[in-house]
Amino acid sequence: MLAFTVRRLGQFLATLIAASLVVFLALEVLPGDAAQILLGVEATEETLAALRRQLGLDEPAMSRYVAWIAGLATGELGTSHIYGTPIAEMLGDRLAISLPLAALAFAISTAIALPLGVFAATRRGRLGDWLVIGFAQIGLAAPNFWFGVLLILIFAVTLGWFASGGFPGWEAGFWPALQALLLPALALALSEAAILARVVRSAMLETLGEDYIRTARAKGLSGRRVLFGHALRNAMIPVATILGLQFAFLVMGAVIVENVFYLPGVGRLLLQAIFQRDLVVVRDLVLLLSGFVILVNLLVDLAYGAIDPRPRPAA
Amino acid sequence: MRPLLRPPTRARLARGRRHPSFAIGGALTILMLGAAALAAVWTPHPIDGVDPLARLAAPSLAHPLGADHFGRDVLSLILAGAQTSVTVGLIAVGLGLGVGAPLGLAAAMRRGRPLDAAIGRTTDLIFAFPAVLTAVLIAAVYGPGAINAIVAIGIFNIAVFARVARGAAIGVAARPFVAAAAAIGRTRAQIAVIHVAPNIAGVLIVQATIQFAVAILAEAGLSYLGLGVQPPQPSWGKMLADAQTYMFSHPLQAVFPGLAIMLAVLGLNLFGDGLRDALDPRLKTLRLG
Repeated sequence: MLAFTVRRLGQFLATLIAASLVVFLALEVLPGDAAQILLGVEATEETLAALRRQLGLDEPAMSRYVAWIAGLATGELGTSHIYGTPIAEMLGDRLAISLPLAALAFAISTAIALPLGVFAATRRGRLGDWLVIGFAQIGLAAPNFWFGVLLILIFAVTLGWFASGGFPGWEAGFWPALQALLLPALALALSEAAILARVVRSAMLETLGEDYIRTARAKGLSGRRVLFGHALRNAMIPVATILGLQFAFLVMGAVIVENVFYLPGVGRLLLQAIFQRDLVVVRDLVLLLSGFVILVNLLVDLAYGAIDPRPRPAA
Repeated sequence: MRPLLRPPTRARLARGRRHPSFAIGGALTILMLGAAALAAVWTPHPIDGVDPLARLAAPSLAHPLGADHFGRDVLSLILAGAQTSVTVGLIAVGLGLGVGAPLGLAAAMRRGRPLDAAIGRTTDLIFAFPAVLTAVLIAAVYGPGAINAIVAIGIFNIAVFARVARGAAIGVAARPFVAAAAAIGRTRAQIAVIHVAPNIAGVLIVQATIQFAVAILAEAGLSYLGLGVQPPQPSWGKMLADAQTYMFSHPLQAVFPGLAIMLAVLGLNLFGDGLRDALDPRLKTLRLG
């Protein structure tokens, strides 16, 4: 396990460095001149030269890359070209919305999918199973941004139970803030719940066919005890892997859903930064989000190694 | 006279036809492809036919699904949107199959060698950038556009197909007929093309239907955000974004484009599931996007 952990950590660092190089090359080297992109084609040479000096673009690419990475390592994310605000400060405010949103969607999707998956597995081939399979197919096919729009139509426009978008801020109180996050979280959770329910169902079906389940039943254990004490516990190994990966996908899905509900989270900041050509913000946010995906993959692999005692197959 | 034994492929497809997923998914997929093909030659109204008098009109005989905020026929836009989705999906899946699958096959044939490691680490890197992030990177530099969506989804598909092809090819390469082919002097390339590739075609075809569905969702999502297809080219995602503005007064506007996306993706998913069950229920596929 130790050798595996060390090797996996090495791969994590290598992938992270490669990702940072891709982002740097894409945003700072390939376009040629970020100052030109910011000021447009009609800018004068003097203005361009002044902006290049201000942004440090007159430095060699290698030293700019090293300065960027050193800044990230020490929490210095630079300053937004458009707002003149430190990016770390902007990010802190936005994460206070995006992370609770992803966590709430994660909790909702797990709360829907686990019982549905177990229920379907125990009723294989019967009406209940088909209904769950149908729900999963619809959940996989309905885009989260459309589901979000439908939720607004039903719960905000027709019933008037929720606001159609926006965020009052955590300072407005826990309940109003949570209320603003509930519909976006539901929109995000549907497709994740659909995927997870399918995984839980097939993992449970596989486990319920194992010899030790028959032995447990033969010993006279109650159906409930066999289901939750033996089958579900073992079926959780593949489910745990998917749960981890889903959190990464939820954060990515939030980029779109935040824009449906006008939530001022990281996703909305990223989109605003693109349309305002705020390349420094785009650079930092893209690396942070891809770094998050790489980190989640690492944690899932390590957790999988820890909870599944069977030897890992060679790559 | 009926043959006593059906050829395996025919028998499998016959089994597939009995599978409800295969039949329903196949019908929805044919409907989507048919709509895309029809839009190439004919739409009920011109897709750029702005009509101020029909602005936000409710469904009627003249406009069966109503008209949008420019007075354009929604049915015509949906048909043309199918064309956009199918085009993006075909190119993105084609990139995955054409580039990713051969890379995965090469990695499997050179398992454990530097080429395998290089392809493996490159796919790891690509997986760190979901299509939304790649599209963001491209749009930040070159501005939004349909090409962004195609490139972003296509790059991700290359990694998906490389990984799936490698996994499937490793399983086939361990079978006795491959060792027999090597024993009679076939080169590694000949073994890969003649013996391994045909045996992983099934899993690649099933993966292609899944990735086609994922590509349609991704294109719609990127166009919804304004990073993908740009006006006046119709896109289901863009239609939905426009409809959201008029959601309070004309809620139906937001229903039809979403329904089109859902039915197209549902059809491909069901078709892929049915195909997988018909070819081999144990096939391992990925669902990433």
